[in-house]
Amino acid sequence: MKRAFHAALAACILAPSAQAESVAPGDVSYDEAGAVAASLTGQPGNAEEGAKVFSTKSVGNCVSCHEVTALADVPFQGNVGPSLDGVADRWTEHEIRGIVADAKKTYDGTVMPSFYKVSGFIRPGKAYTGKAIPAEEITPLLSAQQIEDVVAFLVTLKDE
Amino acid sequence: MNFKAMTALAGALALSAGLANADADEDTLTINGEIEIVTRTAAPDHVDGLSEVISGWHFRADETQALEMDDFDNPGMLGVEAAMEVWETAEGSEGKACADCHESVEETMKGVRAVYPKYNEAAGEVQTLEMVINDCRTERMGAEAWNYTGADITNMVALISSVSRGMPVNVAIDGPAAEMWEQGKELYYTRTGQLELSCANCHEDNYGNMIRADHLSQGQINGFPTYRLKNAKLNSVHARFKGCVRDTRAETYAPGSPEFVALELYVASRGNGLSVEGPSVRN
Ligand code: HEC
Ligand code: HEC
Repeated sequence: MKRAFHAALAACILAPSAQAESVAPGDVSYDEAGAVAASLTGQPGNAEEGAKVFSTKSVGNCVSCHEVTALADVPFQGNVGPSLDGVADRWTEHEIRGIVADAKKTYDGTVMPSFYKVSGFIRPGKAYTGKAIPAEEITPLLSAQQIEDVVAFLVTLKDE
Repeated sequence: MNFKAMTALAGALALSAGLANADADEDTLTINGEIEIVTRTAAPDHVDGLSEVISGWHFRADETQALEMDDFDNPGMLGVEAAMEVWETAEGSEGKACADCHESVEETMKGVRAVYPKYNEAAGEVQTLEMVINDCRTERMGAEAWNYTGADITNMVALISSVSRGMPVNVAIDGPAAEMWEQGKELYYTRTGQLELSCANCHEDNYGNMIRADHLSQGQINGFPTYRLKNAKLNSVHARFKGCVRDTRAETYAPGSPEFVALELYVASRGNGLSVEGPSVRN
């Protein structure tokens, strides 16, 4: 498993990094089961960056709810959501992209936040200030690039 | 995901990751060797999502729990002592102290904390302890209202709570309070902010689980005001509500607002049957 992770990392680092136009949050096309086939950036993500997004409190903060054994060094992994060990054996890349972008399209009513969504919120606030934010100023919790990086990281999580 | 499945999962994770105990523990709470505190009991009929109600005390580490078992160790009792002095001190244009009207706090205020928030006939509204305290100050003492979540008022609420410790919370939700209770319930289940989380998502669906370093409790308020080791002061109910709502990346309501009064009434009623425990100690 660790070897697979490193191999994937190497592949990503070698991947071309030309910038393409990203799909806007309102334009993502989800299939009926909530999966998203196309990369949001048109490029593969970077798994190493994705692991950082996953673990960093001020960014994805996924560890606040999910445990991942491959990130054993990261303290305070929560258990509100399932452990993501072996998640790539359970879901395809497309399904994982759909879950990370908007988990409510896969799991109706889940507590998992929608990371690539900018509308439909009740009393949205300006980050963690407790103050209101005008609807047009809302940005997604993660950028298209960060979503792709997290997806690239998650597809390395295989138990086989 | 249902709570049983989550708990089983939490148990498995606790073993694999060495997390602290995932469920409410089995300890019992007696204060000063004499005040027995009911910290777990059957949920009241009006609470749909819980079979048992559990004080936040059970979700804290043993060292934190121990601080609440003796008033000499409980840092919240310093606020109680400060308020005891204020109780006797005349203030405002009428030259009166709380004690001039209410005499001994141990006698006249016993049982009061247990039934608040409460509908007040004369005022025609549901009132929190903070609201009544400020009414006494402005209407009867000719003194200025205290800041709703400031130290003065929170100390005074702690004093008034302390003399009811061990008595069952018994907030009325029928009659003229019913409408506000419904409004509070609605707020409790509304998923706010960019994270779209409701109080229930964390404190009903996931109590016992870890959210990052925090061991989620049921978010009960029988222990308020709470002395938090994190900010080293007594914290009021509305200050805590504000923090939790802010953490959903939402625009919060103001302390003392009708919305938070309604939410307090509803959350207090979820703890009917638990003992009044404030001032409690939390992290
Ligand atoms: C507030 C809690 C929370 C946060 C934060 C969170 N998740 Fe989740 N996640 C869940 C829950 C709960 C589920 C299970 C779905 C359900 O039953 O509701 C889940 C499911 C998943 C799954 C499918 C898991 C499986 O094994 O089937 C993936 C993949 C996932 N999350 C990835 C992420 C990523 C990546 C992030 C951060 C960018 C994240 N999650 C942040 C709560 C959360
Ligand atoms: C994102 C998760 C989350 C949400 C949503 C949330 N809380 Fe909390 N709350 C916490 C955490 C973490 C703590 C600290 C640990 C504990 O006591 O549960 C806490 C603590 C509390 C406490 C203190 C309990 C004690 O014994 O000291 C109360 C009361 C409370 N919350 C009420 C609420 C109410 C009411 C709402 C909705 C307006 C709410 N919470 C929404 C996470 C949340």
